[in-house]
Amino acid sequence: MKRFLLPLAVFAVLVGFLAVGLTLNPREVPSPLVGKPAPAFLLPQLHDQEKTFAPADMAGQVWLLNVWASWCGGCKEEHPVLMQMAQAGNVPIYGMDYKDRREDALSWLRRQGNPYPVTAVDAEGRIGIDYGVYGVPETYVIDKQGVIRYKQIGPLDDEVVAKTIMPLVKELQAK
Amino acid sequence: MIPEVGHFALILALCVALVQGILPIYGAATGSPVLMSVAKPAARTQFLLVLIAFCCLGYAFADKDFSVLYVAANANSKLPLHYRLAAIWGAHEGSLLLWTFILTLWMFAVTLFSTHLPETMRARILGVMGLVSVGFLLFMLTVSNPFERLIPAAPDGRDLNPLLQDPGMVMHPPMLYMGYVGFSVAFAFAIAALLGGNLDAAWARWSRPWTTVAWCFLTVGIALGSGWAYYELGWGGWWFWDPVENASFMPWLAGTALMHSLAVTDKRGGFKVWTVLLAIMAFSLSLLGTFLVRSGVLTSVHAFATDPKRGLFILAFLAVVIGGSLLLYAWRAPRVGLGGGFDLVSRESMLLANNVLLVVAMGSVLLGTLYPLFLDALGLGKISVGPPYFDTVFVPLMTPAIFLMGIGPIAQWKKASLPVLAMQLRWAFGASVATALLLPFVLGKWTPLLSLGLLLSAWIVTTTLVNIRERVSHLSAKNFMSGLSALPRAYWGMVLAHCGIAVFIVGVTMVKGFEVEQDLRMNVGETATIGGYTFRFDGAQDVKGPNYRAARGTVAVSKDGREVTVMYPEKRLYSVQNQAMTEAAIDSGLWRDLYVSLGEPLENGAWSVRLYHKPFVDWIWGGCLIMALGGLLAVSDRRYRLVWRRERLEEPEALRPPDKSAA
Repeated sequence: MKRFLLPLAVFAVLVGFLAVGLTLNPREVPSPLVGKPAPAFLLPQLHDQEKTFAPADMAGQVWLLNVWASWCGGCKEEHPVLMQMAQAGNVPIYGMDYKDRREDALSWLRRQGNPYPVTAVDAEGRIGIDYGVYGVPETYVIDKQGVIRYKQIGPLDDEVVAKTIMPLVKELQAK
Repeated sequence: MIPEVGHFALILALCVALVQGILPIYGAATGSPVLMSVAKPAARTQFLLVLIAFCCLGYAFADKDFSVLYVAANANSKLPLHYRLAAIWGAHEGSLLLWTFILTLWMFAVTLFSTHLPETMRARILGVMGLVSVGFLLFMLTVSNPFERLIPAAPDGRDLNPLLQDPGMVMHPPMLYMGYVGFSVAFAFAIAALLGGNLDAAWARWSRPWTTVAWCFLTVGIALGSGWAYYELGWGGWWFWDPVENASFMPWLAGTALMHSLAVTDKRGGFKVWTVLLAIMAFSLSLLGTFLVRSGVLTSVHAFATDPKRGLFILAFLAVVIGGSLLLYAWRAPRVGLGGGFDLVSRESMLLANNVLLVVAMGSVLLGTLYPLFLDALGLGKISVGPPYFDTVFVPLMTPAIFLMGIGPIAQWKKASLPVLAMQLRWAFGASVATALLLPFVLGKWTPLLSLGLLLSAWIVTTTLVNIRERVSHLSAKNFMSGLSALPRAYWGMVLAHCGIAVFIVGVTMVKGFEVEQDLRMNVGETATIGGYTFRFDGAQDVKGPNYRAARGTVAVSKDGREVTVMYPEKRLYSVQNQAMTEAAIDSGLWRDLYVSLGEPLENGAWSVRLYHKPFVDWIWGGCLIMALGGLLAVSDRRYRLVWRRERLEEPEALRPPDKSAA
């Protein structure tokens, strides 16, 4: 009898793993940058090309860096979420326009609304390499010391914002 | 209105499936002919109802009814009709409807070809299939209804995923599902036999043709999927060990083992418990494949529209069906007995060894596929398991399996003699080794894997020839030719299928050994030479398709100064989903494929272009088709036709009381 139960036992273990697997997100890729200082850069701003933006400008604040582009479908999908967050005003969201044309980016923001106080322009995608951008959109949570605490690959949605990002932001702000 | 008819038909089908799943099995247990006779009409009614639902969805697509959510999400007014119909199985909900439809189709087939079965057996088989169908209908009606309305209706649809707008993809899912679901018949036979407690040779004989037909469909389905990946993804690869591919390959391995194990149970009465377990395993892996593809637990290049909430339903269903059958197995199998004994050297032992190798191979594919999930679940980090693992594991497992495949058919049942086998096969062995050692030098390159591949294919072919000669000499026919024609079709089926493997191995070996690939930037008028062919890039023009725009390149190919062909690779942009697709141009031939795909446009009309010269690559799919043809040839054997003819003669008698009363 015992050896005939073996297939059932193996299967039970498998089901256990599959059940746990269902609760996990296979697309969530850990970034080696999490826990490390955000790579420095100095990029021109989208709206005022004379001015620049650097992560160092944000020292002492918890902030989000959102990498987006006008050509990206997922960005359009997450945009209402960003607009909501900007309206709530709990955490500043800075944009990085990735491999994009300036006029496209500007008209995209005019149509969709602009949640960013400042958008930096990474036209060549060089800074994207430093940040290990897999694909647009991506969002980084950066703490007061300029350390990356979380990286979201793919569009943000209400669930991620409510369950992961906002609790983390509150915790970091309290520090 | 029509979509509601479809929805209602599914609800009715669920009711019928419940009746079919409960009454006949209960009737078989209590010996009530009235309850058992419910099975056949119920199965036929259910088939009809699901057919109606399927046609309703087809009508909604043909009619461009964008008030149906599923239609709006997977079609567009500009999408041509044939792709609109193929869009029925273009995403999750419709795939499930196709699954269920094919399940009822197999049920219907069982009602047609099962009159020779004992009434209790047929009642149990159809009952088990009815229960499986309950699960799928319930799934559709609760969490993934293909007839869900979209109010207000969308002005136009979001279009079918451009990857799926391809003739190969139109046929791939139905073929694959015919295979997947076809194993449900073998599964139902096994469960019915466990329930009845009579696992005899007759049970194996009845299961065999069903298993073989399902296996043929699965083989063709996998080949179509691989061919699709080859020309549609534009990387020139034909197998990626992707989770979704593995999901179809695992049932194939288990099904292959099952076919061979059934042969032993049929002919020698052995391996009974093992055969039952394999039958459960093959269908379980089909269900698991559905789960893996549809739940989103694994990432994959082919995972379309996944949803973890639905995953939970499938997992629960999986646990009930597979867990339940394994429990039944643990309870009933110990009483079955082991069947006839056999020697260490015998056809049985070789088939058993091959079975074990196939199952181990299946297990290693399963492990590789789920390993990232295991690690993630245990919190040990995220990894992905790729081709290096599978290649490393697979070659050492398949090499002995193919070696045994050559010997098995020649060895005698029960007890064979090693020295005699060695004598019979010495020429085959010598010829294979010589081929493996010398042919690579003739071809101009020697690598261990090239030699191994050629050795294995030569071994299959030469041992098959020896086997045919042996067979004919035993027939005491007048001459060799009349002896050949006296061999049964089932035997020729096996020969053909085994040769298909040889053809497949040649294809894989030659492609791996000799393919040439070049990624380059080509200006207009520039040429490049690979594999003796000269490719001249003549620029790219804009063309317009029904629902896409494309840049179509013109590449003239010549060999030794003579024009061979002109190829037109395309880079398409599908307007609705704004998705770019690479449409490779392929010039196929028996000995080589030329493959050109466009990369990105560069300045001054230049493009980045990828060129491949792939010797023997079509042998890979050719081998699969030959295997499937072998299977069909085996099923057309006289012994099965005799059964069916006999049953037609017996039919009036079989339909007489007492089971007529319920109908």
